[in-house]
Amino acid sequence: MTITLERGAASRRAHAAEPRSEQDAAVPALLVDHVTKRFVVGRKRRPVLAINDVSLRIERSEIYGVLGANGSGKSTLIRLVSTLLTLDEGRVEVFGHDIRREEMAVKRLINRVSVDAAFFKKLSPWENLLYAARLYGLDPGGARRDALSILGRLGIAESRVGRPLEQMSRGMQQKVAIARALLTSPSLLLLDEPTTGLDPRSKLDVQSFIEDLRATHDATIVLTTHDLDEADRLADRIAILNEGRIVVEGTPAELRQKVAAEHGLAPTLHSVFMTYTGRSLDNDSEEEEHDEEGPAKARE
Amino acid sequence: MTLMARELKASFAFIERNLNLNKRYWGWELAWLVYGVAGALSITLIGKDQQNARLLITLMIGAIFWNYLGIVFEIISDTIAWERWEGTLEYTMMAPIRRYSMLVGTALYAVLYGLIYTTFVLIVLALFFGLDLSHADFATGATFMLVGSFSFVGIGFMAAILPLIYVERGSQMTFVLQSLLLLFSGVYYSIDVLPEWMQVVAHFSPGTYILDGVRRGLIDGVPVSALLQDVWPLVVMAVILIPLGVWAFGVAERYAKRTGKLKRVG
Repeated sequence: MTITLERGAASRRAHAAEPRSEQDAAVPALLVDHVTKRFVVGRKRRPVLAINDVSLRIERSEIYGVLGANGSGKSTLIRLVSTLLTLDEGRVEVFGHDIRREEMAVKRLINRVSVDAAFFKKLSPWENLLYAARLYGLDPGGARRDALSILGRLGIAESRVGRPLEQMSRGMQQKVAIARALLTSPSLLLLDEPTTGLDPRSKLDVQSFIEDLRATHDATIVLTTHDLDEADRLADRIAILNEGRIVVEGTPAELRQKVAAEHGLAPTLHSVFMTYTGRSLDNDSEEEEHDEEGPAKARE
Repeated sequence: MTLMARELKASFAFIERNLNLNKRYWGWELAWLVYGVAGALSITLIGKDQQNARLLITLMIGAIFWNYLGIVFEIISDTIAWERWEGTLEYTMMAPIRRYSMLVGTALYAVLYGLIYTTFVLIVLALFFGLDLSHADFATGATFMLVGSFSFVGIGFMAAILPLIYVERGSQMTFVLQSLLLLFSGVYYSIDVLPEWMQVVAHFSPGTYILDGVRRGLIDGVPVSALLQDVWPLVVMAVILIPLGVWAFGVAERYAKRTGKLKRVG
C-alpha cells in the first residue's frame, strides 16, 4: 500500500523547498557547517560541549542516519535543526534557508518526531492532530482525511482517533506522533529515535512506514537511532556521533568495507561502531535501562 | 492567505485546544466551579454576618472579580508550565507561528473562560443573597472588566516567562506574584487600610483600579464617565504591559533556546 496525501496548504508551503533550477537542485536539504553547542550545567562548572564542530550535508530525498550512544549529542543536533536551540558557532541551512535569519521559513519546511510522543494525553489523536493542523495553517477537513489515511497505514483504525491518547499503548502513541509530523508534509523530517522503547511489532510497523515514505514521498529524513539494524535497513548514509563529534560517515556498505579493510574486523555496523566509539551500543542500552528506572522510581 | 489571517487561525488553535481540554477534564472543571462558588459564598457571608449590606456587596464583588482576574492571570502565566508538564512545549515552540499568536490565543481563551466561569458564580451569588442591583451601572462594571482584562493580560505575559526561564521554580514564582496582586489590590478591603508604602505599591496594580471602578459602578451606580481617573491608568498599563510582555517573552524564549530550557522536564 502506498501513501497518498492530499496536499493543501502544506504543499504550497513545501514549494519553498522545491528546486526551481539546476542551481537550486544543488542546494542540499540540510547543511550543517562547523556547528558547536555548549551547555552550562550548574553554576561553577565548565560548559559541556554537546556538539563539537559538526559538519554534514544531506541531499534531497535522502535518509540520513545518525548513530550514537546516550549523551553523544544526537538529540541536541536534532534540536538545533528544529530551531529549539540556538547555535553557539557555525551555520545551519535547510533547503538554503539560514536557520538564524529565516527561522520561520525553516519551521515551515521541517517537522520532528521525538523519542517521547509529546501530546496532550487527555485529548484524542484527532484533537491533537487538529491542533497541529491549525498551527501549520492546514484546512481541518483536508487534514482529517490525510490524518486518517496516514493513521490507517500505520494500523490505527478510524474508531480509535476519538478516544483519549492516554488509553493507547506507547507504540500507538508514537505512530500518532509520526502521523502528526507527516500531516504537515515536511520537506525535512527529523526522526529522533522514533522506535526507541517500542515493542518489536510496532518497531517493524514504523520502520516499514519509513521505507514506504522513501518510496512514495519526497521528504528528506534525518533519523537518529540506537539500533544498528534499523540504521542499516533504512539509512542511505550514516554518521556516527561520539562525544559531540562525527567520527565517521558513509553508506552502510562503505562503513562495513572500511572497518574490514582497515581493521580486519567483521564487516558489520557493530564493528564499525565499536571501532570508532570504543564502546558497544549493547552496553549503552543496558545503561539506559538503569538510567530510566532510577528517575522513574523516584517520581513514583 | 494573508499573514494576519494565518496568525489569527494559529491563535484559534490555542482556544480550540484549551476548550477540548476543558471538555476532557470536565470533572476538574466542575470541581473548580464548586470551589469558586463555595469560596465566594464563604467570603460574602462575612458581610451578612455583620448585617452590613454594603460590606456584603463589597466582599461579593471582590470575591467574584478576583476570581475572574485570577483565572485570566493564571491561565496565561501557566501556559508554558502547562505545556512543559504535558511535554508539548517543544512541539508548540517549533511550529511556524509568531509568538504573539500563541499569546493572543491563550489570552482570548483566558478571557472567554473567565467570563463564563465568573458569570456562573455571579448568578449563583445574586440568587443566594437576593441582591437588589436596580441602581447598579452595569456599563461601568463591564468597562472596568474589559479594560482591566487587558492590563492583567499584560502582567500574565510577563509572568509566563518565569516558567520559561526557571524550569523548576517558575510556577511557584507566578503563584507568589498572583498572591501579591491579591494583597496589594484591595480585593476585600479598601487600600486605605494598608500601610502607606503598600498604598503606593497598590497604585501600580491594575486590580486596584478595576475593583474600585466595578464597586463604584455596581454599588453606587456611578457612570463610567465620572470614573475616568480610574480608567486611564488601566489603559496606560495595558498599552505598556502587553507589548512589553510580548517583547519580554521573546527575550526569555531566546534565553531558553540558548540554555536548552525548552526540553521536557518531569
